[in-house]
Amino acid sequence: MSLPHDTDPKLAAYAHPERLVTTAWLAEHLGDEGLVVLESDEDVLLYDTGHIPGALKLDWHTDLNDPLTRDYVDGERFAQVMGSRGISRDTTVVIYGDKSNWWAAYALWVMTLFGHEDVRLLDGGRAAWIAEGRELTTEVPTPQSVDYPVVERDDTTVRAFKDDVLAHIGQPMVDVRSPGEYSGELLHMPDYPQEGAMRGGHIPGARSVPWARAANEDGTFRSREELEAIYLQEQGLQPSDDVVAYCRIGERSSHTWFVLTHLLGFEKVRNYDGSWTEWGNSVGVPVER
Amino acid sequence: MTAGDDTRAALPAPLAELAEDFHAVSEKDRLQLLLELSQELPALPERYAGHLDQMERVDECQSPVFLAVEVADDPEQTVSLYFDAPAEAPTTRGFAGILHEGLDGLPAEEVLGVPDDAPYRFGLAEAVSPLRMRGMVGMLGRIKRQVRMRREALSLGGGA
Repeated sequence: MSLPHDTDPKLAAYAHPERLVTTAWLAEHLGDEGLVVLESDEDVLLYDTGHIPGALKLDWHTDLNDPLTRDYVDGERFAQVMGSRGISRDTTVVIYGDKSNWWAAYALWVMTLFGHEDVRLLDGGRAAWIAEGRELTTEVPTPQSVDYPVVERDDTTVRAFKDDVLAHIGQPMVDVRSPGEYSGELLHMPDYPQEGAMRGGHIPGARSVPWARAANEDGTFRSREELEAIYLQEQGLQPSDDVVAYCRIGERSSHTWFVLTHLLGFEKVRNYDGSWTEWGNSVGVPVER
Repeated sequence: MTAGDDTRAALPAPLAELAEDFHAVSEKDRLQLLLELSQELPALPERYAGHLDQMERVDECQSPVFLAVEVADDPEQTVSLYFDAPAEAPTTRGFAGILHEGLDGLPAEEVLGVPDDAPYRFGLAEAVSPLRMRGMVGMLGRIKRQVRMRREALSLGGGA
């Protein structure tokens, strides 16, 4: 039971407009049956300072990552995380968050690994909602648990592992980190914590397209036309290309994965979530500066 | 105190008290406590407000946070701490709140004696993820470095 799509003209120009909603659409549909809104932030306390009425918190670290292995949760745990938030397999889920939706895009990507059909991003995320003076609340809803099926994660379609990336060298690859990280001058993004990579640089052949180029100042996505100018005209990528995107830990590249897949309609884009924290620490893999 | 605790350097009393408060509650309430501390972080005094250039930026934090340390020219060399972090970064503000509540007003010697692993003694690593704890480690390191610098400046100014 899917909710109607947002027919906003800006969204209509994108390849898959059904993957995005505007703040106006969300405001209108809050409380609709079959809709669950999730907030996924970098800052773990932000949700508690005030959130969109009815929204539930989803923590990328404690909800989506396995506490022991460097990997995502398994089907059973994922079913618990979803079910406890009142999400069933046919629920329409809208995700939003801080920092230009980095973690929101990441959460949406993880839900894609589990094949959740209808999951959408709020264009502009938390900042846009607040900038428009829309309502926030500190009231935390207590959803009724529902059954979410145990689904096996599909790691083959939208996810790339280190070996996949090694085999992919020579084909289109997008490095979405800051120019300083790409050049190897920095091992982390400016002003961010050192993530501990032994080598700096980029994967041979990867093009530097910092994620932020896909976003407007206010955190909303650039128009289809502007995005095509960057990825198609300037970078020469084709929607039929097999593309791998990576960053430092996989969150910023989820943002670019979303842009290429859902806004520009690329057919095969994989996010290398191991990203530079894995590559820059791996013995023997090629590094380019 | 258990045998394990004996091997760890002690925290100054106010910080130890705070650590106890955190351990006394469930993980969920720990986050609530952190949120309260973030809200109680005092505003900057006039001499720093609007003068972030006179403060030190803590790069280890995932959000912009600035800190200033003053060491008084009194026998105890009393330490005063000032923090600035945006409201959109409550975790970072919460970390600053812990350090402010636990260290502001202590003698320099005591602040310098704070063990470097102090940030991990609040039972927060699980709740906020170990990655995020580095921000607080960075803040503590910079506080101690600034205390050392200020103290040196005092001894040069007064003694020589």
